Amino acid sequence: MKILVPVKRVVDYNVKVRVKADGSGVETANVKMSMNPFDEIAVEEAVRLKEKGVAEEVVVVSMGVSQCQETIRTALAMGGDRGILVETDDELEPLAVAKMLKGLAEKESPDMVILGKQAIDDDANQTGQMFAALMGWGQGTFASEVDIQDGSIQVTREIDGGAETVKLKLPAVVTTDLRLNEPRYAKLPNIMKAKKKQLDTLSPADLGVDTTPRLKTVKVAEPPKRQGGIKVADVAELVDKLKNEAKVI
Amino acid sequence: MIRDQETLNTLLDTISRFVRERLVPREQEVAENDRIPQDIVDEMKDLGLFGLSIPEEYGGLGLTMEEEVLVALELGQTSPAFRSIMGTNNGIGSQGIIMDGTEEQKAHYLPRMATGELIGSFALTEPDVGSDAGSVKTTAIRDGDEYVINGTKRYITNAPYAGVFTLMARTDPSQKGASGVSAFLVDADTPGITLGKPDKKMGQAGSHTCDVIFEDARVPASALIGGQEGQGFKTAMKVLDRGRLHISAVCTGVAERLIDEALRFATERKQFGKHLAEHQLIQAMLADSKAEAFAGRSMVLEAARKKDAGERVSTEASCCKLFCAEMVGRVADRAVQIHGGAGYISEYPVERFYRDVRLFRLYEGTSQIQQIVIARNMAKELME
Ligand SMILES: Cc1cc2nc3c(=O)[nH]c(=O)nc-3n(C[C@H](O)[C@H](O)[C@H](O)COP(=O)(O)OP(=O)(O)OC[C@H]3O[C@@H](n4cnc5c(N)ncnc54)[C@H](O)[C@@H]3O)c2cc1C
Ligand SMILES: Cc1cc2nc3c(=O)[nH]c(=O)nc-3n(C[C@H](O)[C@H](O)[C@H](O)COP(=O)(O)OP(=O)(O)OC[C@H]3O[C@@H](n4cnc5c(N)ncnc54)[C@H](O)[C@@H]3O)c2cc1C
Repeated sequence: MKILVPVKRVVDYNVKVRVKADGSGVETANVKMSMNPFDEIAVEEAVRLKEKGVAEEVVVVSMGVSQCQETIRTALAMGGDRGILVETDDELEPLAVAKMLKGLAEKESPDMVILGKQAIDDDANQTGQMFAALMGWGQGTFASEVDIQDGSIQVTREIDGGAETVKLKLPAVVTTDLRLNEPRYAKLPNIMKAKKKQLDTLSPADLGVDTTPRLKTVKVAEPPKRQGGIKVADVAELVDKLKNEAKVI
Repeated sequence: MIRDQETLNTLLDTISRFVRERLVPREQEVAENDRIPQDIVDEMKDLGLFGLSIPEEYGGLGLTMEEEVLVALELGQTSPAFRSIMGTNNGIGSQGIIMDGTEEQKAHYLPRMATGELIGSFALTEPDVGSDAGSVKTTAIRDGDEYVINGTKRYITNAPYAGVFTLMARTDPSQKGASGVSAFLVDADTPGITLGKPDKKMGQAGSHTCDVIFEDARVPASALIGGQEGQGFKTAMKVLDRGRLHISAVCTGVAERLIDEALRFATERKQFGKHLAEHQLIQAMLADSKAEAFAGRSMVLEAARKKDAGERVSTEASCCKLFCAEMVGRVADRAVQIHGGAGYISEYPVERFYRDVRLFRLYEGTSQIQQIVIARNMAKELME
């Protein structure tokens, strides 16, 4: 079995994100970047499947600027076998990414594509679903458990109020939720060895995809500053305020 | 050996994350139990932290000095006790073999040291021999194909866990000075070796030292590092030279952590209607600390690059050790001061770090010994 793991380079989760002065986006110059945490979970799951002997090859792919190589190398250090970078300076929207994944899936013929349910930068939560639709494959999103069976895969999904289990025919798409696993730290010697693993670079044109944005960002703004709280005397006053002032109940 | 920025970034990122997510949350536990939890030690081994400076052909990372210093700066962001447990394998416990060992000695010891399976300690100091390291009294007398060792070593870091000692002993008692000293690799299970009780220390709880006593301990002649007598003092000095840069980087890392603690506290607490950080006298302490830590970082990296370029850095290494060890002492003192009464209370990390950093001015050459080395080298260079 061959697994394809798309990983996205995002602003590190420890960084306090700042909006650019002109409101066109968030500041990424001189900001620490790292792998989207949900994608790390996807890499971990794929590597575990390889370690269990279920998968033979784990191919890691990233799309974007040349520095995405670093993100791919991190995944290779965790145990991925080889990497593919689709290099472009364009800003990529989920649909463009899904289309490029389709191009790659047609080249690579993976049995499973596993990726984060969303990226912590734009929280779109679309790429996996769009890609599954383009391929006509089954999808198990928000996975908290993945169990490969003969020719199929059972995915436990986190849904409102509980869990749902779906069974998908392979090839299939899985998107990861937080509880699926706890990603490992790459071992230091493996970080060194990752440098020697194969990493190919393609362009969107090689995959026949036009990445021209279809969406226009109107404005990016800081969330409103939290107002100071108030103290209430008793439950009755609290309920009254929630109902008549905050209008949330 | 890492030689590209990308791999180095990934390596440093991984270590800094490990420090932040795994080690920092356990600092208090280590201090209270005077023990590094086994799961943390296992994780450190698994990650490869015991083999930072061991060459790649023996299973280590073979970091350059600059890379090692960058790693040490990251490790300095948490309790020095965590670094201490792997510190001897990366420094004084393995460098003697790496620098002067025979091929057989390297192949026998280094791979197990790189994984952390085998802990190496460095045994130079004795009850009567500290700064004057050339006057070692422990003896190793040749007897056929063996050496017979007698003497006591003091304050030996990681001795309670050591599998092998890099031991400095006098092979030629007629030679009173440094030229009579040789370096040996002595397995800890050699009959005739006993360990003293772990020393009760001021700080760095979780890291342990004790006496190592040799009574007619016999080692094969092949235990002599490099197979040559009389080279021990030179080996010891080379080992300490490299270690000084590593320790200087750790000092600087700790200083940066202390500044972070002090700054956070100063921006949260108010007195006289203003945040502490808004009072000029507090600002002075923060600013002095920041400038000094920056100086430390800069000089350590500069000296490390010089060493990697093959230049002699004995003077620079001592300058770094002298400045950084004293500097982190001043920074720790200010961090406690900025905390006010809280700085004296164990709940706050600065109280613990204040005690932890006191050691840096004492071991691997006291500050006075660094001053002596620097001034002596200065005079020598003028004569040359
Ligand atoms: C926690 C800890 C861990 C240690 N780990 C190790 C280890 O792993 N292996 C090991 O071999 N040793 C180790 N040591 C020993 C350490 O290296 C020595 O304590 C240190 O070198 C100082 O020697 P000393 O204690 O004998 O002090 P002394 O040499 O007796 O020094 C006492 C004072 O005199 C000063 N002094 C000495 N000579 C001169 C001079 N010529 N001019 C001016 N001032 C001078 C010193 O600077 C110091 O202030 C450790 C010590 C400690 C506390
Ligand atoms: C072991 C111990 C025993 C104690 N015993 C007693 C006791 O018996 N009774 C009792 O009442 N208290 C006691 N205290 C409290 C002690 O007196 C206070 O901790 C001390 O007055 C400092 O106050 P603070 O801790 O609130 O620090 P803060 O006042 O918050 O000071 C924090 C830092 O800010 C500095 N600072 C504050 N204001 C300014 C300013 N305007 N400009 C510049 N710098 C400023 C301070 O010098 C300090 O460096 C004790 C404390 C300890 C640790």
